[in-house]
Amino acid sequence: MKSLTCLPLMIVITGGLLLPVQAQVEYTGSAAIEQRYYLQDALYPQQTRDDLSGYYSPELYTSFNDGSDSLLFKGFYRFDQRDSERTHGDIRELLWSHVGDDWEVKTGIGKVFWGQTESLHLVDIINQTDAIESIDGEDKLGQPMVALSLYKSWGNFTAFVLPYFRERTFAGVDGRLRGPLPIDSDSALYESDDEEKNLDWALRWQHTLGDWEVGLSYFEGTSREPEYVPNLNTKGELVISPYYAQIEQFGVDVLTIVDAWIFKLEAIQRQSATQDYWAAVGGFEYTSVGVFDSVYDIGWLMEYQYDDREGLAASAAQNDLLLAARWALNDIDGTSVLFGVVQDLDYSGVRSALIEASSRINDHWKWRLDAYLFSSDEPAEPSYMLRRDDYVQFSLEYYF
Amino acid sequence: MLIQRFFKAPHSILVISLMLLTWCFSSQVLAQSAEEKGLAIAKERKLRDRGWSDSVGETSMILRSPRGDETERKMRIKSLEVQSDGDKGLTIFDQPLDVKGTAFLSFSHPLQADEQWMYLPKIKRVTRIQSKNKSGPFMGSEFAFEDMSSFEIEKFKFKYLRDEKYQGQDCFVIEQTPIDEDSGYSKNITWVDKEHYRALKVEYYDRKNSLLKILTTHNHQLYLDKYWRPMEMRMENRQTGKGTDLITHSLKFKTGLADNDFDKDSLMRAR
Repeated sequence: MKSLTCLPLMIVITGGLLLPVQAQVEYTGSAAIEQRYYLQDALYPQQTRDDLSGYYSPELYTSFNDGSDSLLFKGFYRFDQRDSERTHGDIRELLWSHVGDDWEVKTGIGKVFWGQTESLHLVDIINQTDAIESIDGEDKLGQPMVALSLYKSWGNFTAFVLPYFRERTFAGVDGRLRGPLPIDSDSALYESDDEEKNLDWALRWQHTLGDWEVGLSYFEGTSREPEYVPNLNTKGELVISPYYAQIEQFGVDVLTIVDAWIFKLEAIQRQSATQDYWAAVGGFEYTSVGVFDSVYDIGWLMEYQYDDREGLAASAAQNDLLLAARWALNDIDGTSVLFGVVQDLDYSGVRSALIEASSRINDHWKWRLDAYLFSSDEPAEPSYMLRRDDYVQFSLEYYF
Repeated sequence: MLIQRFFKAPHSILVISLMLLTWCFSSQVLAQSAEEKGLAIAKERKLRDRGWSDSVGETSMILRSPRGDETERKMRIKSLEVQSDGDKGLTIFDQPLDVKGTAFLSFSHPLQADEQWMYLPKIKRVTRIQSKNKSGPFMGSEFAFEDMSSFEIEKFKFKYLRDEKYQGQDCFVIEQTPIDEDSGYSKNITWVDKEHYRALKVEYYDRKNSLLKILTTHNHQLYLDKYWRPMEMRMENRQTGKGTDLITHSLKFKTGLADNDFDKDSLMRAR
């Protein structure tokens, strides 16, 4: 840990030179060590059953000009014992924000979230998924951007200019949770002649109307979701190359509260040279407070996922139903347990389950247990590749 | 002569009787019912607290287990007074460290459900949350979400019970019954001091009408020569033996906060 702490210190010093002398730099962040154990023997010879990994993610923040300007840096570095592709670093954020009365400009590398649903984030398109991080796709790579936001009585409106594209991360030969042929990030193909330098742009409007949260979005540029094509790498070996098409995407996201129920919906319509399709995810959340005469809460979640692409689609969420329950103990340690099942409604034998449990040990330390179980007897489904990759992971997280 | 005439005239006696009757009757009307007196005290309490405009406070919550183990939470609370509606509040968590930067925005309303949003910094996501879950614990403490929201007359039915001395101060003892069915309480009993109308003690009764929690407020400080605020609030759970102290380290009024400091976008900037 000691050698790692030098890096942020250097940034503090260099950052300090650019800022007014009185500016204070706040240094926070997290680090973790994670042990993963796969429950079955691997499908491919390079893979193993256990995997030790860890990450370090520092965050530096300072504000000046009476809070109208701020600088934020968030770094990320992961070490993985088995997969050299998973050993990777990223600048999650390096962002200068300037805020006026009812407007804001953000310049640099940023992270943005759009949408309302839990099981799938269809509308959320600005940041590329750091897919090698986790199967849930919640981790994102930093996106270079200039974003102008207007905060008005008619809603929050943001225009994004995205000058540089980030490629999705994939497991290497030694990693699990991959197909028979690893996806070769080094041989990525683009529809745009400018490749990753294609100028993408997006618009987003979001507003609260009483019990409704409504969002509309538009994106034009390089698809964050690649298609997969067989290819030869520089050594002449057969690999799968990610192909990033140019797309246009309209999105709508809605949340409404009706009594104790929260209803959520996201839908997109996406067009490329070869595809024109729509997809949606929607459902509800219901929380029972103080169950069994205790302070425990149980939240129920049901979401249905639909994708109108026929045949071998890149999406596993074609006609699937998620059922989940989240048990919050409301104790001092913030203990909670989430259990969920996603059932494919086209193939009864295709489903996956997840368990997430976590609790604080003290102010700095937290433990977490994650388990993913995949069941698939249908070779046409993307999840078939993961049928032997059930795993349990125990993490110790440190916050500072 | 006047007296003679007075006593001679039988209709005069009737007039006097009527007058006496009217006096008795009207004094009965003038004497408030216990409900009216309770409401009047609550209104006076609210009135005396008007005009503070906005505040910024730094607070700690000390959570105590029945064995006496203690855990500290730290947070900053920004509040905005809204005339003719409930107040707005923005709470930013600093400790525990795993939730540092998490921010909670609440627009309370006297009659309709409050509007609430939560910001999760790790995934940069602002989510609308269900405000009906008001009886649940706030950050694992003995304070429920509803204990943290602003005092609004319309949320309760009031009933004056009695006068009583509490810690040497003359108090009104008022019974407050929540109107909202989602409240975790059947009623609470509040000791309000007659001089400054501060809630010095509150007993909370659960839905089965047994005593659940006792709140006491301490070390009251006067701000802007008008507004009293307790620097320490102690909540004791009588059923579990757990307790939480809410301690205010610093509090500033009229800091110039406005509506746009209590927006969804301001949640993301809250640090």
